[in-house]
Amino acid sequence: MDILIENLTKKYGSQKAVDNISLKVATGEILGFLGPNGAGKTTTMKIITNFIAPDEGDVIIGGRSIRDDADEIKKHIGYLPENNPLYEDMGVIDYLEFCAKIQGIDKTRVQSRVAEMIKITGLNREKHKKIAELSKGYKQRVGLAQAMIHDPEILILDEPTSGLDPNQIVEIRKLIRELGREKTVILSTHILPEVEATCDRIFIINKGKLVADGTAETLRKKSADKEIIRVRIEDGDSNKIFTALNDLESVSMVDFAERTLNRFNVHCRSKEAKRHIFNLCVQNKWVLTEMTPHETKLEDIFRELTMN
Amino acid sequence: MKKVWIITKRELNSFFDSLTAFIMIVLFLGFSGFFTWISGSDVFFVGQASLRSFFGIAYWTLFFFIPALTMRMLAEEKKSGTIEMLLTKPVTDRHVILGKYFATLILIAVALGLTFPYFITVAKIGNIDAGGTICGYLALFLISASYAAIGLFASSITKNQIVAFLTALFIGIFFHILFQFIAGGMKGLAGQIMNYFSMTVHFESLSRGVLDSKDLIYFGSVIFMGLFLTEISMARRNSR
Repeated sequence: MDILIENLTKKYGSQKAVDNISLKVATGEILGFLGPNGAGKTTTMKIITNFIAPDEGDVIIGGRSIRDDADEIKKHIGYLPENNPLYEDMGVIDYLEFCAKIQGIDKTRVQSRVAEMIKITGLNREKHKKIAELSKGYKQRVGLAQAMIHDPEILILDEPTSGLDPNQIVEIRKLIRELGREKTVILSTHILPEVEATCDRIFIINKGKLVADGTAETLRKKSADKEIIRVRIEDGDSNKIFTALNDLESVSMVDFAERTLNRFNVHCRSKEAKRHIFNLCVQNKWVLTEMTPHETKLEDIFRELTMN
Repeated sequence: MKKVWIITKRELNSFFDSLTAFIMIVLFLGFSGFFTWISGSDVFFVGQASLRSFFGIAYWTLFFFIPALTMRMLAEEKKSGTIEMLLTKPVTDRHVILGKYFATLILIAVALGLTFPYFITVAKIGNIDAGGTICGYLALFLISASYAAIGLFASSITKNQIVAFLTALFIGIFFHILFQFIAGGMKGLAGQIMNYFSMTVHFESLSRGVLDSKDLIYFGSVIFMGLFLTEISMARRNSR
């Protein structure tokens, strides 16, 4: 099922929590929803899952609008809300059975669905405990299990890995990857490596507005013009090389990485920079022993887009 | 309806798991039993085989116990955020409200049902007015249902259980005594209207054994208004 968000706006008082966002998520796509705290990620997710109604705009899921067919749409969505709220006084199995029943799963299938979810999320050892007795990681698994119990075509996960230890994070990411093969997944996070590890596409919002939309690579390429290159030039006077590099038109800034080894970090202004550096070395008969693109990190893009 | 019942069952389980139900039933039976059978102006004092004194006492005990049952229902779900988890499943606000409401009604019915031995005892002592007694139970159930609707509304406007409890009592006290009290100081139509608003007036007329549609409509309206306002209050999350 695909998700189509059209000009979505939501105001809280005079403040626009979501400001005119439009977005299309194709079936089987894993979309990473990124943004600083308070950017509107959670609000957007609450609207998609029909918890709150938008002021303007519409969300169309599988051809149905949330304004007309909320109840029908809800059946196809599995949702893990922020902070993973659960009925803590219930036992794991009781809780999952409750969720299964309320999702309208046939009585005869409830048991088997619950058992399957417990298996998938690795809750087997904890299944007879009360939810309140579980550790945070296991609660998170219960949250994921309740979201997936009715085998929804769409999964909306608000910070699915928050509060988990590194091993659990890897497992959950793997699980999301596997699920994403058939399902449409939207997950929000502010952990950037997580997006790179799990998502097909990244969507960055800031102050309710869309600021970037694309794959990790396209986002990187956008700032490729401002690439940083690591250069090492042997057989030359370091100061002389430094000035020469600095004088290049396509170079904006040079600094020493390791002075004794003649290694420099060259901040480029355009794509021509690598060519120019090479030619410079040839002219001066310097030996170029290293020229590696110093990858622009997603962090930098994120900071650049959301700092203001 | 099936979804309402699933929610009702969960609420009932939660009542009994957390011992709330047992404590409520024991206290209710203890209080009303003590004042009905042991304290001064009890059943024996009246000199008639009737449960009237029990109804008068239960009228007060239920007034305090019902807000204690309902205060948690929506306030806690809002505080812990589970309301979001619940409402993003294929249920509507109304399903949730009715589910919780019916759970409260069932618990009240159980508590009232457990006073059935009182009826048997009194019936053994003398010639009891069975019709009047049934009306008395009906009256108790209907005031409970009214206060449960008010309590549910109080629970929907806050995240704090204590605030919900006190709000329910505050609204309840108007119906319980204040309207009748105010009516006493008023003349003519205003007095009549105030009198009509009073829960006590309708309770007394019904528990006396007079089955009047006026009273039934009154209880029906209070219940409807309570639940209706709860639904409106729940929808307010859209414009926080």
